[in-house]
Amino acid sequence: MFKIFEPNKIFQITSKAPKYILFLFVIVLTVGLTEALILSPEDYKQSDAVRIMYVHVPSAWISLGIFSSITLLSISGFIFKNKNFFLIAKSLAPSGFVFNIIALVTGAIWGKPTWGTWWAWDARITSMLILALFFAMYLIAWRIYEKEEKVFKITTFITVVGIINVPITKYSVDWWNTLHQPASINILTKSSIHSSMLFPLLLMTAAFALFSLLIFLMKYNTELIKIKNKGLDRL
Amino acid sequence: MINELLFMNGYAVYVMSAFGFTLLSFLGLYMITKLQFVKEQSKFVAKFGSLNPEKANSAKIQRINKEILANATNN
Repeated sequence: MFKIFEPNKIFQITSKAPKYILFLFVIVLTVGLTEALILSPEDYKQSDAVRIMYVHVPSAWISLGIFSSITLLSISGFIFKNKNFFLIAKSLAPSGFVFNIIALVTGAIWGKPTWGTWWAWDARITSMLILALFFAMYLIAWRIYEKEEKVFKITTFITVVGIINVPITKYSVDWWNTLHQPASINILTKSSIHSSMLFPLLLMTAAFALFSLLIFLMKYNTELIKIKNKGLDRL
Repeated sequence: MINELLFMNGYAVYVMSAFGFTLLSFLGLYMITKLQFVKEQSKFVAKFGSLNPEKANSAKIQRINKEILANATNN
């Protein structure tokens, strides 16, 4: 059913794609940085501190998206008995974790001029910290368990428990009184953010998505070569 | 304009440290991932080189092995 995902077939594409993705990423990032740091307007309340949004928000979005994808892939790997799904999930995790850390650190930097504090045990911030812990557990599990069956079970368990935290993170601003404002961007309803700020935000999101794709491809290729290295040992 | 960019109404230190941290994290992750890739690739080439001709020919039947070797020589 999933023959299209066979590593032997897709390596031809995944091994050549990174250089093109890197080229595209540099272009989109350059335009995005120009928009975010120079061309976009300052906020009437937050002034230039609002520019931190252009790195903070895309990082948070992408880390949440990657964790959701990892969960979906792990569950699919279990249902369809497809090892490659686990391999894809494993290759996505490092960039998801780094984006999670970026969201936490840039959030703290943004918090100081806006709220007057680097850190608060606010529902959104705390749930993002919990997400980082799940990412860390997931990555550590891949390092410490060598037996394939065991690592598949444990990592899937971590993601299934961790995914409960994703809707909590998303809706925490609606469910509790938090320092964070409610979402300014909605897919189904009209967004409250002005287009002059939405455009750079989307550009930076595209650049960050390209970067996570680049890291994913490089990591996936590394994992495939690792498997082939073991194959040569058995010859 | 350069003054505006450097000062940012007093917020430049926050804005630049947030962007700086992000870009440094990108660079760090890219370098680590690249190093791991190159290490595994070199290990593969070395192992392949140490195979006897019969085993090397049987390994070469797999297209992915040929791809890895071709990529290693291109890099």
